[in-house]
Amino acid sequence: MKARVHVTLKHGVLDPQGKAIAHALGSLGFGGVEDVRQGKFLELELAETDAGKAREQVKAMCEKLLANTVIENYTIELV
Amino acid sequence: MKAAVVVFPGSNRERDVALALKRASYTTPAYVWHGDTELPAGTDLVVLPGGFSYGDYLRCGAMASLSPIMRAVKDHAARGGHVIGICNGFQILAETGLVPGVLMRNASLRFVCRDVHLKVETTDSAFTGSYLPGQVIRVPVAHAEGNYFADDETLKRLEGEGRVAFRYCTEAGEIAPEASPNGAIRNIAGVLNEKRNVLGMMPHPENMTETVVGGTDGALLFDSLAKALA
Repeated sequence: MKARVHVTLKHGVLDPQGKAIAHALGSLGFGGVEDVRQGKFLELELAETDAGKAREQVKAMCEKLLANTVIENYTIELV
Repeated sequence: MKAAVVVFPGSNRERDVALALKRASYTTPAYVWHGDTELPAGTDLVVLPGGFSYGDYLRCGAMASLSPIMRAVKDHAARGGHVIGICNGFQILAETGLVPGVLMRNASLRFVCRDVHLKVETTDSAFTGSYLPGQVIRVPVAHAEGNYFADDETLKRLEGEGRVAFRYCTEAGEIAPEASPNGAIRNIAGVLNEKRNVLGMMPHPENMTETVVGGTDGALLFDSLAKALA
């Protein structure tokens, strides 16, 4: 089973990298990009076959390592 | 004072801080490898030095915070032992949860390497006892992720309990946004934990301990520790 994890900055946390990317897009002529938020994408190959257990495992991984929950949110997708 | 300097793969200021400690306390600190599981017996102070542990993979300090030695460091802190994390060491402390908050990418998105001025916000700690209250000192910073952030509730507690140890300021001591090299919230450069035995700070006092490199303002931090933990 595969888990796809998105780690993104929480609302209200300033994202200077996202701002710089938005600015760069604008200077390349891509108009109308109102905001960019940069995050991380991780793909995990899991031995677990039970979706419920896999989700619990990945959730624990996010809480302990993959995300810093002071500033980051995460979403888990199992495929 | 018996000090132990933890060396992670990618640490690079361990010798600087060891020299500063030796000069202040007349005792040579021990180097402890991150893969060790115990601190030397009788350790008073643990130092997490600056550098780029684990190449800053995932997040600065995230990997190092899970190193085997960190369990011993946490136990040491829980027993009331003193711990200081400088620069990458601060990032590791924050990732470990020994001090609150996080260090994000600098607002400028640039690596900043220059001298800054700091206001000593509390002298009520083993780390800052030799300074005068409100003293303005000059020490260098060298980092790309020093932009301190914590939620409002945490900030309120830090301020209320006098746990902001240092703030970036102008040469005249004014806490102005432009005096901050990284955009840190409320110009915070260093914070103490609840029991005041753990300090995390981004600037490098160990690199301002000799007149030949431009000043000795940083030496007083090590002098404070040598006196408090004699």
